[in-house]
Formats: sequence, C-alpha cells, structure tokens
Amino acid sequence: MAVDVLKKVPISEQDPKVRATNFDEVCLGYSKEEAMDEAARCINCKNAKCITGCPVSINIPGFIEQVKDGNFEKAYEVISESSALPAVCGRVCPQESQCEGKCIRGIKGDPISIGKLERFVADYACNNGIKPKANLNKNGHKVAVIGSGPAGLTCAGDLAKAGFDVTIFEALHEAGGVLVYGIPEFRLPKEDVVAKEVENVKNLGVKIETNVIVGKSITIDELIEEENFEAVFIGSGAGLPRFMGIPGEQAMGVFSANEFLTRNNLMKAFKDYDTPIWHGKKVVVVGGGNVAMDAARTALRLGADVHVVYRRSEKELPARVEEVHHAKEEGVVFDLLQNPTEILTNDDGYVSGIRIIKMELGEPDESGRRRPVEIPGSEYEIEADTVIMSLGTSPNPLISSTTKGLDVNKRGCIIATEDTGATSKDGVYAGGDAVTGAATVILAMGAGKQAAKGIIEHFK
Amino acid sequence: MRRKNKSNVRVLGAKAQDKKYNERVEKVYDRLCSIISSKEVAMYKIVRKEKLSDKIYLMDVEAPRVAHSCLPGQFVIVKIDDVGERIPLTICDYDREKGTITIVFQSVGASTTRMADLEVGDSFMDFVGPLGNPSDLCVEENLDEVKKKKIVFIAGGVGTAPVYPQVKWLKEHGVDTTVIIGARSKDILFYEDEMREVATELYVATDDGTYGFHGNGCQQLQALVDDGKSFDHCVAIGPMIMMKFVCLLTKELGIHTIVSMNPIMVDGTGMCGACRLMVGDEVKFACVDGPEFDGHLVDFPQAMARSAQYKTEEGRKMLALQEGDTHHGGCGNCGGEK
Repeated sequence: MAVDVLKKVPISEQDPKVRATNFDEVCLGYSKEEAMDEAARCINCKNAKCITGCPVSINIPGFIEQVKDGNFEKAYEVISESSALPAVCGRVCPQESQCEGKCIRGIKGDPISIGKLERFVADYACNNGIKPKANLNKNGHKVAVIGSGPAGLTCAGDLAKAGFDVTIFEALHEAGGVLVYGIPEFRLPKEDVVAKEVENVKNLGVKIETNVIVGKSITIDELIEEENFEAVFIGSGAGLPRFMGIPGEQAMGVFSANEFLTRNNLMKAFKDYDTPIWHGKKVVVVGGGNVAMDAARTALRLGADVHVVYRRSEKELPARVEEVHHAKEEGVVFDLLQNPTEILTNDDGYVSGIRIIKMELGEPDESGRRRPVEIPGSEYEIEADTVIMSLGTSPNPLISSTTKGLDVNKRGCIIATEDTGATSKDGVYAGGDAVTGAATVILAMGAGKQAAKGIIEHFK
Repeated sequence: MRRKNKSNVRVLGAKAQDKKYNERVEKVYDRLCSIISSKEVAMYKIVRKEKLSDKIYLMDVEAPRVAHSCLPGQFVIVKIDDVGERIPLTICDYDREKGTITIVFQSVGASTTRMADLEVGDSFMDFVGPLGNPSDLCVEENLDEVKKKKIVFIAGGVGTAPVYPQVKWLKEHGVDTTVIIGARSKDILFYEDEMREVATELYVATDDGTYGFHGNGCQQLQALVDDGKSFDHCVAIGPMIMMKFVCLLTKELGIHTIVSMNPIMVDGTGMCGACRLMVGDEVKFACVDGPEFDGHLVDFPQAMARSAQYKTEEGRKMLALQEGDTHHGGCGNCGGEK
C-alpha cells in the first residue's frame, strides 16, 4: 500500500455507538505494520523540536527510528530512559500541544502520531514480557515518596534507577493515584495498563506501602526523624473539589467529578462492586476539562443523556481535542458559552433541573483567554436529575498543615523550584498538582523527573 | 525472598525443557507476584471480636501505623476485600503498644453484614487512618481550658463507642465528665461498665424504660438540668436524628454543643467531596474539616437527606420501617427532614 506521507496512518477505534455502552478501551492501537508505516513518515530531524515539546524529554526520533526498523524492544529501551509510564502517556498526554504540536511534518500535513507510537511500543513491551532493568548498585540512601500518582511513580522510578532505596506511601488502597481513581477504564485500562506500569516501577526496586496517609498516619518530620528517610518527595496531587457556590449545590444528585469518577474507577461501581453509583438519566456536567469529558463519557456509558455546559467557546475547551471529539462521537451534547446559575430541586431535595445563562466572550483575562460575560435576560431552564461539577480542585491542606517549615503560596499550593523541586524545607521536594494545582499527567511526570534530578544532585 | 523464588521457577521451567511452558509459568508467577507485592505490607488482622448486642460488633484490629498516631475523635476507613466499600468508622479505642485499633459497628448494609461475618484471625484487606481531626477536648495544648469546662457527653446507640475514648482520655488527664448513654432498649445497651470506669458520673437512659432512666438522652439531659446540674459544653455522638434533637435542646439551654458527623464518604482524604455539609454559611468536608463540628451550626435536615442519597427505593422503605416511631426523615419519602 502506498503511504501518503502527509497523512497519518489511521488508527482503529471501537465504533462510537458500541463503545457508548461499554467500558472497554476506545482506541484499539496500531498493529506492528501500521506502527512501522507511521514511523516511516518521521524525517528524523537533527534539531528535533518534538523533544523540546515533551515534558520528560523522550528521545522521540530515536525511538521512532527503531520502530521503523521493527526493533520494538530497542525502541522501548529508548523511551524507558526518559519515561517510567509510556503506556499511560501514549494514551493520556495532550500530544497536540506538546510533541506532536512541534512536529515539522505537522506544518504541511498531519504530524507523526507520536503518542500512538509510544503506546504501541509500551504495549508491545508489556505483551512480550520486556521490562525496564533494575539498578543493582544501591547507594544506600533512603527516600520517601508521597503519593503513587504520575509524579510519585516517575520520581520513584528515576531515583531507583539511580540506586536509591525508595518507598512510596499511598493514601488509598491501590497504587496509581489519578491514573486509578480519575481516568476511566475506557481511556486507560486499569489492569492491563496501569497495574502493569506500577509493577514495572516496583521491578526497579521501589516499595509501595498503601493505606498510609502522610500528614495523618505519619508526618514528614516523623518519616525523617523516626524512619530515617533522608529526603522526601511530595507528589500528593490536587485535593479538594471546587464547587460554584450557586443555590442548590448541596441537593441530592449533585456530585463533584472526583466523587463520580472515584466511585466508578477506583471502586469499580460499573462492575457491580459493593460501592454504589448514581445512575442519572439526564446528566449535566459543568466544566470543559479532561475530567469533565471523563465524567460525561462515564455517565453516558451508565445510560444517561449527557450535556456538557461550559462557559467559554469550543476553542477554549481545556480538554484534549481527541477527548472532545470522542465525546461528541458518542453522543455527548455540548452547551457552549453557557453557565449554570442555580440547581433546581424537587420537594424531596433531589435535583430536578438546572438554570443556565448564556454567555459571550469579552476582553482577555489574566490567563490570556477571553473572559466570558453573562448576557442579561438570557436565562433558561433544562431538566436534569444529576449535576456533576468539574471545576478543578483546591490544594489539600493535610501535608502542608502538618509539616513545619513547608511554605505554601496564597492559593495553598506547595512552593517548589521548577528545576529541582526543592521546597522551603531542607531535604523535602515537591511536584505535580500539589505544587501547580490541577494540571496534566505528563506535567506531573515532568515535575517528578526534575525533583528526582534535584534529589540525586543533593546527594552528590 | 521474591528473587529466590523466581530463580526456582526458572529452574523448574528449564528442567521441563519447554520454552512455552516456561513462559506460561513465568506469566502466572508474575501475576502472583503482583498480587502478593501489592499487599506486601497490608492485611490487617482481627485479634478480638465481640458481639455487643444483636447487631453491634466490636473488633480489635492490628494496624500499627494508625495506633501509633491516632487520638480520640478521629476515624478510620476499612475495606474488607477487593469488591468491598470503603467504610468510615470512628475509632473507639487504641493500644499503642499492641498496635491495635478498636472499632464498633452495626451490621446494617451489605458491607457491614459481610464485616460481621469476619472472625478472629481473619483480616481486613485495607485499614487506613487516622483520618479527620482529633476532638478539641483531647489535645494536650487545650488542657487548661478544658479543665475549666463542665462537660456532658450524650451517646446514642452505636455512638457510645466513639464517646468512650474521649471520656477515657479526659479521665487520664484529670478532667471530670458526665456521660449519658441513650439506647432504645436494655438489650442493645453496651459498654456500660467500661464507661462507668472512666466517666465521673454515668447516666443510662432507655427509650422503652427497660433500664435506667425512662426516656431518651435528651430527656435525661433535661432532667439533670431540672435537678440543678449545669453544663457549658456538650458532646453528642450518635445517629444524626438524635444529634439534631440534642442540638435543639442544648441551644435552648445555652450549652455549646459539638457533634461528630458521619456522612457518606468515599476516599476520606479530601478528594471526592461526598461528605460535604453546610456548617453555618460554609461548605465543609467532614473528612478534612471534621468530623466534629459546632452542632448549632450544622444543617441537619440537609445532612440527613444527603445520607439517604444512595439508598434504593427499597432501602429507604426499610429505613422507615426499622426506625418505626423514631423515624424522622432520611428516607426521601416522608419529608421529615424539613
């Protein structure tokens, strides 16, 4: 088959109508041949812009070169030098604004499907028992990592590779953080992908202790003084869900996206585990980020008609383009430039509808995006039995309030330097959402990586 | 140890001289390893179990990290197995040396009924804590202030259990307490002897008059006040409906009142927001801001309605039936919340 070098090799996906009723993965991935064809489109730039777009600086042309030649194991080795979670990143990174956004091929045609190739390589490695190699030269230094999400796993993996004795403390009963409780099965399979990537990190020599909530079960000072950890990395994630503060928000049937997704993903409510989940028929999701898309598509799969209400226009939707596209294909309706003003309830206190006002875009605000402004008199009501608030999170005070000498900014986020992750407290490092507020998996991984470098430097 | 086992497996496979077989053994081994290693440190063994009354059970569970750092007023989350729910339970006692935590629970739903089937020697798969904040009364720094207070505890039903460690802690720190235990009937009363040992004064009230004072905890408190006793600090722990009525009374009597809220929770660490409630004009998360709040500021009707949120139609009917005359809402049907 002649390959049009300007067009990417299409990837197979579950049919939208079918997948809207199941929790199986949407994207089916490349076959070997498809991956090699796609890799052959890469022109192997000397000054590879894609690498600069990658928060963990994977040698992208390097691994693609290996894929092109069918050396998939070698390709995995190249990726593993920089990333501990390639099967995850290949699935959830916003490639269009990172590596693929910088791809030279993208100027005239489609950029190389770097994410899909990364995913292919990681899945190939997993299916063929190829694992990252553990470093047997231990340096004897003990480091504690708080949180087993993307930042923690990356930091722990890099430190273990450098010979450190690393223990991760996880508050929940399962390792993986947002990869387990937040991102749904149809986007990131838990058993086949997340559990295996966690296992790979363990194979590097990292210990994971679940059910330990640092700040409560034990404090950072105790970890250092009583358990002899010489450095601590805080990758505890985002924290408390935000609500709008509009009337009716405490009604039955109003949930944070975190609650809705945790019940479904971590507690596996969709599989008939003991934890219940609310099966709404008419669901309104408020917000336009990846979490909102996840909540909307989960509600859809549980049998609901779903509307996403977002106060800006499609262009400003913070979610990945692919998620928005998938959500639309599956039948999620987008009510853009609209904002809820009140949640309506019936006599028993259950959600019965939502009052919405239309918006228009005004002058740009401090984020550079045009500020949405209410259009007076444009309010209307729609029927709903469930409202899911997906408005981001504010920092969890558990660690900052129990650690002496750990400075936070006025929003409550831990202050850490970008290049080393160092905080105001000696030997304590931080990165990911605990520092930046809610962001992406890959940015958290990038921060975990920088902090690992910082810690390695600290012991030199 | 794990490495050693692995080499054994390899030898076995090599003997079989069968590459495919070898691979299969390795795959199974890896899967087993991942199951075992994911539970490397975990498993929380039950070392004591007592049936306190018809549906109320007590268990001592090995959880050294929790026992090391917990204080009265805090809670744990337990999970029986893979499919189980995360169930929040207030800590009822702790032994720092043995590394055990005492929990008391009532078997009401599917998960707690399964919990009641566990025996000594069995383990919980997950047991995390301590969560939430300690009681303000049981913090060393506050001791001078606390000693000046005239404190009354009102425990309702299973709420007797979480009251106990607070009263015990206060006794150990030389603080006098009056404790009222309210129960529906004598046969569901528990912890009376234990409580008598730590409380300065103990009163027991039963709704049906089968033991002690004939009436509920509120009526007992009113009777004590009528007899000339005075209190300036009340702690009420029990079913939400009982805490609500205690608060109505103590507001009238002008007694500052703290309640321990037990709303629906999922993670218990401040991530999901399921446990939010209105306290005054503010939205609070019971798991990180509580579980104890100023009872006179808590919006009980809303909290009670929210607690019934996941009950099925059937479940709600069951609730109304079980509670009988004492049913005042929470079923989503009778409108008693308002």
